[in-house]
Amino acid sequence: MATRTDPKKDVVIIGLGWTGAIMGMELANEGLDILALERGDDRSTVPDFQYPNIFDELKYAVRYDLMQKPVNSTLTVRHNTQETALPYRHLGSFLPGDGVGGAGVHWNGQNWRPQAVEYRLRSYVEETFGADIIPEDMQLQDWGVTAEELEPHLTKFESVAGIAGKAGNINGEIQEGGNPFEAPRSVEYPMPPLKNTWDSELFADAARKMGYHPFPRPSANASIQYVNDYGMQLGPCNYCGFCERFGCNNYSKSSPQVCILDALKRKPNFSYKAKCEVLKIEKAADGKTATGVTYFDDNTGEEVFQPADLVLVCAYSLHNVHLLLLSEIGQPYDPDTGEGVVGRNYSYQMTGGTSLWFKDKVFNPFVGTGSGGMTIDDFSMSQIDFGKEGFIGGSYITCGHTGGRPIQQMALPPGTPAWGAGWKEAVGEWYGHNLSIGSHGSNMAYRDTCLDLDPTYKDRHGRPLMRMTFNWKDNDIKMTQFMKARIEEIAESMNPDAMASGYKGDGAQYDVRPYQSTHNVGGAIMGTDPKTSAINRYLQSWDCHNVWVMGASAFPQNIQYNPTGAVGGLAYWALEALRKDYLPNPRPLM
Amino acid sequence: MREMPGRPSRRGFLKGTAAGVAIASLAGSANAQAPQKEPPPPLDQYERVYFNEAEWAFVMAACDRLIPSGGNGPGAIDCRVPVFIDRQLAGNFGTAADWYMQGPFDPAANPTLGFQSPLTPAEIYRQAIPVFQDWCKTNHGDSFENLEAATQDAALTSLQKGEVGLAPELRDFFQFLLANTKEGYFADPGYGGNHDMQAWVYIGFPGARGAFTSWPGRENAKYPLGPVSISGERA
Ligand SMILES: Cc1cc2nc3c(=O)[nH]c(=O)nc-3n(C[C@H](O)[C@H](O)[C@H](O)COP(=O)(O)OP(=O)(O)OC[C@H]3O[C@@H](n4cnc5c(N)ncnc54)[C@H](O)[C@@H]3O)c2cc1C
Ligand code: SF4
Repeated sequence: MATRTDPKKDVVIIGLGWTGAIMGMELANEGLDILALERGDDRSTVPDFQYPNIFDELKYAVRYDLMQKPVNSTLTVRHNTQETALPYRHLGSFLPGDGVGGAGVHWNGQNWRPQAVEYRLRSYVEETFGADIIPEDMQLQDWGVTAEELEPHLTKFESVAGIAGKAGNINGEIQEGGNPFEAPRSVEYPMPPLKNTWDSELFADAARKMGYHPFPRPSANASIQYVNDYGMQLGPCNYCGFCERFGCNNYSKSSPQVCILDALKRKPNFSYKAKCEVLKIEKAADGKTATGVTYFDDNTGEEVFQPADLVLVCAYSLHNVHLLLLSEIGQPYDPDTGEGVVGRNYSYQMTGGTSLWFKDKVFNPFVGTGSGGMTIDDFSMSQIDFGKEGFIGGSYITCGHTGGRPIQQMALPPGTPAWGAGWKEAVGEWYGHNLSIGSHGSNMAYRDTCLDLDPTYKDRHGRPLMRMTFNWKDNDIKMTQFMKARIEEIAESMNPDAMASGYKGDGAQYDVRPYQSTHNVGGAIMGTDPKTSAINRYLQSWDCHNVWVMGASAFPQNIQYNPTGAVGGLAYWALEALRKDYLPNPRPLM
Repeated sequence: MREMPGRPSRRGFLKGTAAGVAIASLAGSANAQAPQKEPPPPLDQYERVYFNEAEWAFVMAACDRLIPSGGNGPGAIDCRVPVFIDRQLAGNFGTAADWYMQGPFDPAANPTLGFQSPLTPAEIYRQAIPVFQDWCKTNHGDSFENLEAATQDAALTSLQKGEVGLAPELRDFFQFLLANTKEGYFADPGYGGNHDMQAWVYIGFPGARGAFTSWPGRENAKYPLGPVSISGERA
């Protein structure tokens, strides 16, 4: 029971990361009265990310200072519906954000758009290869929106975030030096690409010799000075090598802080509160709309009811699903019957990599950015014959390095002992002599990969933790093994002194310990059929029309790319529907 | 010069290093701009915040095998890694302050489901060290710190392989010990290890410099400057 009820707002936003900041900005421009609630600390570039304190590998990268604290919020994990799920007690596999800016503070900034075929994957597979190739329990779905429809909104996000890159396809015309396999774009990137590190040049040369099409990875690390749509300024990246897992001290990495929040905070009709965790979205008696949210205010120790006309769920994919389940908005998914929608189609990211060591090459790995590097998309979703290869999916293949931090980014040749004199000798000999080629690939959703409420474990407010059921499947392992073979060919052509590969193989089990990616998607997926999606194609809840759910929870299966480009584009797509269609006449839009 | 508790300094790891007496600072630092700083106390006079005497003797000896002195590069003792571990165990890491530690617990669960012990890292050190010491006495005839180096290495290998009979709730002990040792070797010196940034100097990591605008793309050119730490030390 809430101990206090506050005056009503037009809009309440749950979570102040990328999507919360975008929604806040655009709806504040509409003149609406908005409150954003963020469970974590307030954070700004100064003092929170300032020089030199942010250059602390132990504090930020190893002990996860900017990330979610499991003591406050976590989930449980199991491999299949028969197992007992156990809590994700400390972080490893994925690192959800916490605090103003969310994971948009400590992300790398690799900023992608999905391929055109990825938005309509089920249709594409059926039309091109026949429905027979889809494994029985793989729940392939279309997004209900096309590349053409999303294009202006993806462009808007890239313009706000200030992405550095080289277009490969502008309105159907292939551009030299860009990605020839990308969906057509309307404009060039706002900034030219970052400078390449030498390792990525070597990779690009080797790939070019094999007939592939290397291009610079689109990046949310500024390559030049830039002023965005909201008047926010970015300055060129320092290649500081402390990007992923850190806030940027240099106003160079696109984040909600750098691109949106300082402009948003000046608006009189926008306010936000940190250390306020939303516990539940409250529903009206008829269940068809939400009346607002109940949150726990850590500043005062109170439970507060915040009434609002519009509730925007911007809490990161996993927390979005958890909140919907706790608030009983939408029918929970049941993997036994395949019925229900909330929690359906959770999926993750399939990655692998090959490391190469060169005795006579010095790479200065500490000269790095979160997202520079060279990529090929020759083995992407649209380029693979799924019928012939026997799997559905694809990867981009990339080389570049994010930093040379010695605790976590020290790669040693195979056969090096884990400790002792041999280890010490090897760190002196091999530090900075290594490069690595990675594959970053799709991951399909299956009948049993899903999210629901855990029957046993509770959070600090006494609410059930969310339970994740997930394991790797044959289709996706075949995909990554295919990439291994392609990458090893390129790697061997580079004549390294030593080489080692790490890819999931037959029987690989999902392991929550090593970091893999914070690209958790699905669970509140978008679509055009309320039986198989929790939100419609505008990201509006089918059940409560004034509840809109942003973020990668909308993806029906994972794309082969990092999610945030699409997450940002979807937010602007939803905003257009909200502004033009919903606000003048609030109702279910489909 | 003091000896390590209970063992001869046969590999001389306290000699000629900053971990022993203040030779480095008496001789004047390599960097004339560096402010004169008080040498830290020798490791056996360091005021511990978590470890007891017996644990300290073990951790000193274990760190010295995980990253030995001698050969190229500093060892864990030269870098004062045990100080780092002691402080970490007294802090948020040791008390699992950020972790979800509510039961029920299933410490013997499939390791791919991650850490499932009801014990904090500090408690795991405290309970696992005596079990391992008993195992060393039974199998090698003496406490770990009194064994010959080669025997110590064999004992640590058994520990790493899970052959010393640790209960499931202690099974992450070796992983913590090894990870913490490497962290203490390479973390910013403000945490008590990586003394004088020796480990950074050794591998060529420039620490908290953080600005390399003109460096991307250079081929086979080695970055010339030594490291800086967060508190402004230069080496
Ligand atoms: C280390 C790392 C590297 C990454 N690199 C990349 C990359 O290179 N490219 C890419 O595309 N993506 C990357 N990502 C993913 C990217 O950060 C996310 O896709 C993106 O930030 C998601 O935006 P969001 O608005 O959905 O959520 P977030 O930015 O996570 O924001 C959600 C906010 O909601 C808050 N919140 C949660 N629950 C509640 C609640 N109940 N009440 C109040 N507030 C709540 C959270 O504290 C958080 O601040 C990376 C992520 C990590 C962690
Ligand atoms: S690499 Fe560039 S964008 Fe990333 S944190 Fe450093 S200066 Fe900022």
